[in-house]
This record gives sequence, C-alpha cells and structure tokens, in this order.
Amino acid sequence: MHDMRRPTAHRLSTALHARPRLRLYGLLSLPLLWMFGVYLVSLAMLLVTAFWTTDPFTSKVIPGFTTRNFENILTTSSYLNTAGRTVGIAFLVTLLCAVFALPLGIFMAKVASARWRNFLAMAITLPLWAGYLVKVFAMRISFGENGPVNWLLDPFGLSGPGYGLPAVVLTLTYLWFPFMALPVYTAIRQIPPNLFDAASDLGAGTWRVIRTVVLPLLMPAMIAGSVFTFSLSMGDFIGTQFVGAKVQMLGTVINQNVNLNPPLAAALSVIPIVAVGLYLFAVRRTGALKEL
Amino acid sequence: MHWRATSAAGVAAALMLAACGGDDGNGGDANGFMLDVPDIPAHGELGEAEGEVNIIAWPGFVEDGSNNPDADWVSEFTANTGCVVNRRIGETSDQMVTLMRSGDYDLVSASGDASLRLIAGGDVAPINLDLVPHFGDLVDGMKGQIYDHVNGEAYGVPIGRGANILQFNSDAVETPPNSWNVVWEPDSPYAGDIIAYDSPIYIADAAVYLMHHEPDLGITNPYALDSDQLDAAVELLKQQNSLVSEYWALYTNNVSSFQSGTSVVGTSWQVILNVLGDGYDGVLPVEGSTGWSDTWMIAAEPKNPNCAYMWLDWSTQPEINAAISQNFGMAPANALACEGSEENEAHCEIYHATDEDYYANVWFWTTPIEQCIDGRTDVRCTSYQEWTEAWASVKG
Amino acid sequence: MFHLSRTTKWALGLVAAAILTLMYAPLLLVMANSFNDAQISSWPIESFSLRWWERAIESQAILDALWVSVLTALGATAIALVLGSLAALALQRYSFFGKNAVNLLIILPIALPGIVTGVALNNTYKNILEPIGIHVGFFGLIVGHATFCVVMVFNNVQARLGRMNPRLEEASNDMGAGLWTTFRRVTFPGFRTAFAAGGLLAFALSFDEIVVSIFTAPPGVETLPLWMLNNMARPNQQSLLNVVATVIIIVSMVPVYLSQRLSRDVSAN
Repeated sequence: MHDMRRPTAHRLSTALHARPRLRLYGLLSLPLLWMFGVYLVSLAMLLVTAFWTTDPFTSKVIPGFTTRNFENILTTSSYLNTAGRTVGIAFLVTLLCAVFALPLGIFMAKVASARWRNFLAMAITLPLWAGYLVKVFAMRISFGENGPVNWLLDPFGLSGPGYGLPAVVLTLTYLWFPFMALPVYTAIRQIPPNLFDAASDLGAGTWRVIRTVVLPLLMPAMIAGSVFTFSLSMGDFIGTQFVGAKVQMLGTVINQNVNLNPPLAAALSVIPIVAVGLYLFAVRRTGALKEL
Repeated sequence: MHWRATSAAGVAAALMLAACGGDDGNGGDANGFMLDVPDIPAHGELGEAEGEVNIIAWPGFVEDGSNNPDADWVSEFTANTGCVVNRRIGETSDQMVTLMRSGDYDLVSASGDASLRLIAGGDVAPINLDLVPHFGDLVDGMKGQIYDHVNGEAYGVPIGRGANILQFNSDAVETPPNSWNVVWEPDSPYAGDIIAYDSPIYIADAAVYLMHHEPDLGITNPYALDSDQLDAAVELLKQQNSLVSEYWALYTNNVSSFQSGTSVVGTSWQVILNVLGDGYDGVLPVEGSTGWSDTWMIAAEPKNPNCAYMWLDWSTQPEINAAISQNFGMAPANALACEGSEENEAHCEIYHATDEDYYANVWFWTTPIEQCIDGRTDVRCTSYQEWTEAWASVKG
Repeated sequence: MFHLSRTTKWALGLVAAAILTLMYAPLLLVMANSFNDAQISSWPIESFSLRWWERAIESQAILDALWVSVLTALGATAIALVLGSLAALALQRYSFFGKNAVNLLIILPIALPGIVTGVALNNTYKNILEPIGIHVGFFGLIVGHATFCVVMVFNNVQARLGRMNPRLEEASNDMGAGLWTTFRRVTFPGFRTAFAAGGLLAFALSFDEIVVSIFTAPPGVETLPLWMLNNMARPNQQSLLNVVATVIIIVSMVPVYLSQRLSRDVSAN
C-alpha cells in the first residue's frame, strides 16, 4: 500500500526495490560492521600479539616480531600433550552427547505422546538456564570419594571414576548435552513419517531403518550440535578446575598466561582457533552450518 | 634463621645503592642487586576527598555489608569521609596486576607475588607514611619486606598474612606429621590422597623442601632459583604428581576435597582448616613453609589519591584491621588488632599474629625475578614466566 | 506408520528416563544443598536449615548482581535481535559472493572457545581503545555478550525465513506495498515467533555466560555468574549459591515454557 504521507521514505523504498544489491548492502552493513569492527579486528590483534614478547619481570607486553612463542609451544611436549588431550576430550564429549541424544530424540519424536513430547522438550532445555558454575560444583560433589555417585554404586560393589579425566568428560557432556539434544530432536521430528513407513514396508528392521534412513538425515543436525559441544569443550577451563584433579586443558594454560604472558596466551589461543577452524571447514560442505 | 631477619638490611642497602648508582635499566648488573624502579613521587599531603575510590581487592577485604550484614566496614568509611568505595574482586595476583595497569583503580590489595611486578612496572607509587598514622602500630615482621619495600621506600601498607600449612584428616592420619615428606616422598603412606596447590608459585614449596633435604643444591631462598635448582624442584613436583589426588586453587575445592575423602593430607590455609572444623588438623612442619602477605598499594597516578589515603589509614586502624583479617581468615598486620576483645585475642592466637618465631619459618610469596634476590650475582635466576612454563610441564 | 517394536519402545523409554534422571539429579543436589546448614555444599547433608535462604533474601549483593546480569542480557539481546535479523534476511533472501564467509563470520563467536573471544576483546579494549582514550566500561561487557548472541537470533530467524513462502513478499510488492510495509505486514509477522524464540535463547546464553564476562567486565561490575565465582574463591557463604541457583532454576521455567510455546507455533505453521 502506498504511504503518501512520507514521500521521501517512499522514494527510498522504490529506489531500494529497484536495486536489490543496494537492499542487500543495507541489510548486511550493520551486522558486518559489527562482526568486522568488534570481533575480527580483535581476533586479528590477538594474532598479532602472539608475535610479541613480554618483559619477564614486569609482564608488560613489548611489541615486536618473534616466532618464539610458537616455537616454544611446538617444542614443549607438555603444551602439545595438553593440546592433544583437549582435542581428544572435545571429541569424546561430542561423541557421548550424540550417543545420548539419538535415543532420547527418537523416543521424544516417535514414541512419546504430544503432551509428553512438549514436556520433555522443556525438560532438556531447562538445565541450560540453571547456571554453569552451580552445575559444575554439583558435579564436583557428585564425583567426590564419599559423594552420591559412589554412594549409589557402592551396593553393587562398584565405584565411580572419582576426579580426573573421566569426570571431566562426563561433566562437559552433562553441561553441553542440551546443545546436541535439541537440534537432534528437532531434526527427527522433521523427518517425514512416510519415509520410515516406506523403509519398514520394504522390510527393513528398526535398527536398519535408523542406520540407513534416520542417521544420514540427522547428520546435519548432529554436526550443528557438535559445533557447540566441540568448541565449548575446547575452551573450557573452569570445569576441569573443579573435577579434573590433575587434568590440564588448553584453557587452563591460556588462562594461566593471559595476564602474566599475554603473547604466549595469544599463541596458545591459536590452537583452539585452528582446531575449530579445521572442524568448521570439514563440516561446511555438509551444509550443516545452516542448521546451527 | 631466616634470611629476612639477618640480611634484610643488607639487601635494602644494596637496593638503595643500586637506585642511586645507575639508571641504565637493564637489571642484572654484575656489581650487585639492582632494581630499576621508575621514579614516582609519593602523594604530598591530604586534600579534599574526591567522593569516590576504586579498589581491587581479594574477596573479603572490602565489605559493605551487602554480602554479609555482619561484615561492613565500608559504610562507616563512606559516611565519615564522603568517599564512595567501588570494589572489584581480584581472582588471582596476575589478574590484579593487569587490572591495576588499566589505570581505573586507586588501590590494590597486592600479595607478595604481585607487588614487585607492580613496583618495577611503575604502576604503584611509594606511600607517604605521614598520611597513614596507624602504620606505626603494625607488627615488625610485616614491615620492610623486599616485595613491597624497595630502595628504602615503603610501597605497601600491610593488611595481613598467613602461612601455607600442612593440613590433614585426623582420622586417616593417625600420627600427626611434622615434616612435608608425607606430601613429597614416593613412599608416603598417603600416596594417592595428597592435595597440592595449583599455581606456579607452588614451585617454591618444593624449593623449601629441597632446601632442607638436598642442601647440596645450595638453595637459600625458595624464590631465587637458578635453572639447575628450578629443574630439581620441577623434578620433585613431577614425582609428586603421581602421588597427588588433586590440585586445588579455589578454597571451596580444598574444603570439599577433604570433606569428601578425596584427599587426606596436603597444603592448605588456616582459614580452610577452620571451616573444616572437627576431625581435621594442621601444622607448620619443621622445614618451614611458604606463605602470603598482602599489602595495600596505591596507583602511580591515582584519580582519587585523597580518598585512597583515607582508606589506607581507615583500614589500618586496629578495629578495621581486626574485622578484615577475621572476615578473611588471616593474621592481622596491626598488633593492636589482637587486643580489646576475647574474639580478637583468640583470632590472633589461632593465626599466630604476633608470633614472629612462627613466621620466621615462613617464606612469603615473592615474584621470582631474573636477579637472584638471595644476593647471588654469578648466576641468572629464573623468572616467574619460566616458573609458569615449568608448572605447565608438571601437570603435563 | 513406522513400527517400533514394543521392546524397542520400552528400551527407548528407559534410556530417555535414565538420561533425564542423570540431567536432573545434580540439579536436585543443588536444590537440596540450599537447605544445607553447612557453609559449603556437601554430601551427605548433615543438618538442614533455612539460614542461607534468609541470608539470600537480605543480600543486596545478589540483587545488584542480578540487576547487572539482566541489564547485560537485555542489552546484548537487543543488539543481537537487530543484527541477527538483518543478517538472516540478507543471507536467506539474496545470493552473493562470500555468502558462506559471512555465514561463518556470524557463527565464529560461538564456535570459537569463549576464552579466545574474551581474551581477544580484552586485548582490544586495553591495548587499542584505552590508549586512544576510549573507555568502553559497562558497554564493553554488553558488546562482548552481543557478539556471541547474534548467532542465536540469526539461526532461528534464518531457519524460519527458509520455510516461509517468498512469493508472499513478492505478491505484496506487486500489489504496490513499499518495502517497509511489506516487511511490517508480511515478512516480520512471518518470522515473529522465531525472532522471539531466538531472543529468549540469546538472553539465556548471556545470562549464564561467565568466561567472556571474566575478561570484559569493568571495575565494580559483577554479573550473577561472576558473583558466584567470587563466592567460590572465598566462600564464607558458598551455600548462598545454591539458593540463588534454586531460584534461577524455578524462575527459568517461565522463559523455557515461553520459548517452547513459540517454537511449537513455528513447527505448527
């Protein structure tokens, strides 16, 4: 409808309508300005800092150019081990989240009644709001030597993993699980029911249907969820502080150096950037990023 | 005997000489101990209150009753002086140093591992002691330490101190240990149940142990380690790593580690032991220990110098110093904070506040720097950065 | 109909029940500990009391921190709503060179670990902006949060736009409606629910964020998670955290319910 009261606005509108490019630039300019101006510039500066040095006494940063920080990381086995361990943890957490999300998602989408389904969808979202630190500390109490986990397992003659690597993996899985469960559930709901029917009409068994029909269709959702579980695990340092006992993660080392030796912290930050970058690059071709 | 008691004067003299002697700023001069400290004047005299003061503090040092109605020594200060207190909690010494450099803060409650860095970085100014009349009441053991007292000038007003003690579960540890060997030696009966501190500064704890048990290494100050000595300490820490149940940095985690039975012995603070209560005990072992001591430091260019000085004196007076130290759980710096009430006396008794013999065995955290602060000039000592890298290798 | 055998259904049900139990047991532990008399959460709970609830009700610090968290989350969400929707419209309605790169750029702040984002922003504020006299202050915290919240709105809106029929907009234009009118009357009502659901998610993400906050919060500004962390470090009263968490868990049922309703509308359309 023409809005005659605002001729300028109208003229602008017509001009924009005639020029889709202009419209596109109009839409994109603000988000891009923000992402470039705020984020990419900061990241770039961080990368530049990685080539600087620090005065060993005052911990003041001295601009310059040296690859010493990177050489240091690449030649120190503890940094390499820590990086490898962190990537391993991130993969394991992602895998566990996916393994748990699949049956839960199928149950919610294909077994539960509509009422239950909505209730369950809320139930898996709620813990996201409950406060990261509080959940981490709850996990710490759970895994303690005399904690609830051992208390429950004791009658069966078992004992829990205690603090350490398994506790870190389980805690991170617990923390990030909703990020995987929600997209997987949504994706299972969107699979047309007749696809299942067709497959089972052709005589395929339940597990075969899941493996050959459901899983491939779920890949994009799983990958989308995995971007969260993987990268959130890559950067965590608080969880491991509470349940890790002796486990050192990349975040721990970065955090230890962030004030004391910012260039080394910056150089160490390149590791998760590269790891996540490679991961994103690998999954981009699946088109999953659009599902995020 | 502790080096501080015997040679503090000597070091102070050397510092003074160095400061007068040269300004070439590279440190490590072969002729002696030398700290190139930027020349920053102390505040002249007290003027009008600016209306606010910005403080970075450890949790529990600056309380206005909002967290705990029983802990409030800010409201009265604001009412008396008109200075509103803006507090930022510092989580680590490193973070405090960084925050101080932002220029947003007037005061910081710096621990010994931060103070030398702040002084050398030109981030803090010397203190005009004339403006802090209560300074005179402070216990001797806390005045004139190397980490806050350079070139004959005071840079810090002491707040309190504490020792890193050996804490144990009395049920699990039947004979109270009197040596740190239960946390370091592979044949420790508590292997697998030992808690250790999670910070590069913990290397000094290994050095204290080596000082007594490996005299051949020649360690005379746990914060002055040459690279061979650092390697030996790191070796010991790596050996300990397989005995450790977990490392703690947050006080909560120490408490829950002992309460849940995950750890039965290890390094801790008196205040943690108090929270644990019955069934747990602690000692200062024969080797002595490390410890920490905190001081107020004032920014080199404070925006609110008058309010800052008002806070310095306010917080140093006996009642307030007593309140801070009791709230935080440490020995107060002001000797008079140990008098006046049974509560004050009992608190000082627990924390050995005026017991200089106790603290003579305690090596307060000091930033390790390349110059050896034990006076050696023929070697280069290792800096805190090297300690941090070494620490990453201990935890692997 | 897809036939899951009875056994399979039961097995799935059991697994789902087990997962939910595991998800909620720690939360119940937290809630129970809010009635623990001890200063620090423990197991088993030896004596119960209401003293931490009483303390929490009196605590000004908690209210202050809550207020800061709400302000930050509101600010970040507002920015994220604008930027996220604009970007979603651009990417969903146009094809252009570098589209994938733009997509990646928007995802990046959430994909890269928070510690990287936090350290990078901290570095910019301290080493670039402050030397030229720009003190970002509280706004720096909001900017940090907004940056990783954009993706939440972007995803929701983009997905919704993808399912909308673009012909509707074309028809509106053909009938002579201006761009703005079309947007107001056709496009926006179409993705309104996704817009709100994305906003809620962004709010939740910001409200619970801690790592970026550690590195970008200015003097004296304490969000609720930062307040919690500080009380972990010197917990004369760590048990207060459990009270706060219990309240948050209960109160957050409202936005969770709302966002659930909103996304249900979306899938129903």
